[in-house]
Amino acid sequence: MKRTTFVMAMAASLVSASIAASALAQSAAEPAGVGQTGIVGMGDADGAFITPGKFSEPTGEKMYKRVCAGCHMPDAKGAKGAGMYPALARAENLASGDYTLYVVLKGKHGMPAVGRMMTDQQVADVVNYVRMNFGNKYKDRVTAAQVKDVR
Amino acid sequence: MSFNSVLPMSKRDLLALIGRSAGASAMYFAMSGLGQAHASPFAGVPKLDGDTKGASVLILGAGLAGLVAALELRRAGYKVQVLEYNDRVGGRSWTLRGGDTYTELGGATQNCEFAPGNYINPGPWRIPHNHYAIMHYCQELGVPLEPFMQLNYNAYVHSTKAFGGVPQRYRHIQADFLGHVSELMVKAVNKNALSDAVTKEDGEILLAALKNLGALDKDYRYVAGPASSERRGWAKGPGGGLSAEPVASDPLTLETVLQSGLWRNISASLSSTHHTAIFQPVGGMDMIPRAFEKHVGDAIRLNSKVTAITQDERGVIAAYVDTKTGEKLTAKADWCICTIPLSILSQIEMNVSPEMTAAIGAVPYEASLKVGLEFKRRFWEQDEQIYGGISSTDLPIGQISYPSTGYGGKGKAALLGAYAFGAAAYEYTSLPPAERIARTVEWGAKIHPQYKAEFLNGISVGWHRVPWTQGCFGTWSPEARAEHYKNLCQIDGRIMLAGEHASYIPAWQEGGITSALDAIGRLHQRVMAG
Repeated sequence: MKRTTFVMAMAASLVSASIAASALAQSAAEPAGVGQTGIVGMGDADGAFITPGKFSEPTGEKMYKRVCAGCHMPDAKGAKGAGMYPALARAENLASGDYTLYVVLKGKHGMPAVGRMMTDQQVADVVNYVRMNFGNKYKDRVTAAQVKDVR
Repeated sequence: MSFNSVLPMSKRDLLALIGRSAGASAMYFAMSGLGQAHASPFAGVPKLDGDTKGASVLILGAGLAGLVAALELRRAGYKVQVLEYNDRVGGRSWTLRGGDTYTELGGATQNCEFAPGNYINPGPWRIPHNHYAIMHYCQELGVPLEPFMQLNYNAYVHSTKAFGGVPQRYRHIQADFLGHVSELMVKAVNKNALSDAVTKEDGEILLAALKNLGALDKDYRYVAGPASSERRGWAKGPGGGLSAEPVASDPLTLETVLQSGLWRNISASLSSTHHTAIFQPVGGMDMIPRAFEKHVGDAIRLNSKVTAITQDERGVIAAYVDTKTGEKLTAKADWCICTIPLSILSQIEMNVSPEMTAAIGAVPYEASLKVGLEFKRRFWEQDEQIYGGISSTDLPIGQISYPSTGYGGKGKAALLGAYAFGAAAYEYTSLPPAERIARTVEWGAKIHPQYKAEFLNGISVGWHRVPWTQGCFGTWSPEARAEHYKNLCQIDGRIMLAGEHASYIPAWQEGGITSALDAIGRLHQRVMAG
């Protein structure tokens, strides 16, 4: 019963979210054109669930929260099971912006090349976000032009 | 052509469209006639004759690849030991039922609240008839199979962008697409527009074939009438007695079908891995690993996390940790067959060649997510006459799959409420489990409004959060396969790899089984050669 109540509350909040998001879907930086395969045509105000083939999150913070956190966790501390996901919090590996950008674009070991589903700017934004948050203080910024060169 | 006024489409475009869609079935039939459709290469278990002289094999992972290797090597006379990370056998061949708990990476624990008899298979859930190796083991080990309802003409195809978001019956879109395209092709033949591709004699045959394929009337038109209604269904079906006369239904227009985009949703079941007959084990996919367990369970050590694999000229040693006690242990054997997913294995220290190491690190693991939902009643059967099968949608849930068992039951029932891939799978996985389920209910309610009143509980598995695979399956790019695949599958000293990642059938259990059979065949040759 408790869970049912929760679902009803979620449902109510989602109705307004999806109305806001369908407006956002039409004004996103790269809206999917009419006739393109599988437009979701709805989604969240922060860009999630808009198109099935790419990420529409408009900022580095939103991209981290809605995509990267699936593996690296919301607190960026990673996780451990039979293997592990590396922590991105206080991570010395992130000292190199080029390296971070490369991993997002090309993937590494089991990690998919998630940057393929992002624009150059989105890749730069999420790299810059992670390198300046979660206890990281790497002030140099990577640019969309750098991403384009590596892609 | 009549629709030129509404669609800026040339004849070439039209033919391309037919090639992509209606022609998909024609193309498939042509291909299978030439024997090019994919079927498993399985031609029986390799013969492992000869004296093994007490040789021992350490198998890492008790998924289907590891279980097959254990069963067959033991039969051949090898001493076999299996280490498994989980507290159960099967790996991704896995079923969640009421009373089960699942803890994902990040620590969220879900308790499955399904009623007895209800389940979902978070991983593989279908067994195509042409996956001969897994069919062989189901039959040999006595795992009962039942038909999996892959294609249901009365299920829905749904687009948020078409028909105001109202779901359409598969049979309407499929019949109307084939009917209209067939009528267009007839017109093209009659205008001699295909004379460069079809002889006059074959053109006559083609007309008859198109009339048959498209359910055209005697004048080769796709219109309301007995022929089209026999395909798409009647407005009022024929019955008995005084009020029995049927009323034909009105087909959708070509323009409506094309612009809806729903023609995209009618080709999934044409692929050979989704052909009828296709099966599921009665009671859940894990009935298969459980059947293997009866034969080799005594050789399997559960709760064993492998931390390092070391070989020298005498044998292989795996270091592992008992995940319950924390005790550090080792296991030794002459040979090792390692079925650990590459996403995990790439993190484990192992002294193999640089080529194999590079191959292990070259395969990213796909994002995917499934959500199982339990409802108070089978409203899809009772209200909508959908008995099993799959409704497909452009919503993030991707599809809804109704249970292929227990038809007509009065009680609670569980269905697969989401099977997501692509960007949506990442975004779904990053949500807390309760929110994934709430979203699944919200989205599914756009197809079945009954969802909200009938929903009881749900459980979700986002594969990137699964602690022992960190992803759904290995995704080989053509470039990576060309560079690394052979290096991955070679015997490296005393170590061999197996699993779906060491196959050309990624994600399917058949890939894991055929890779294991290939590996043990080559291993046995090596042992026999001394």
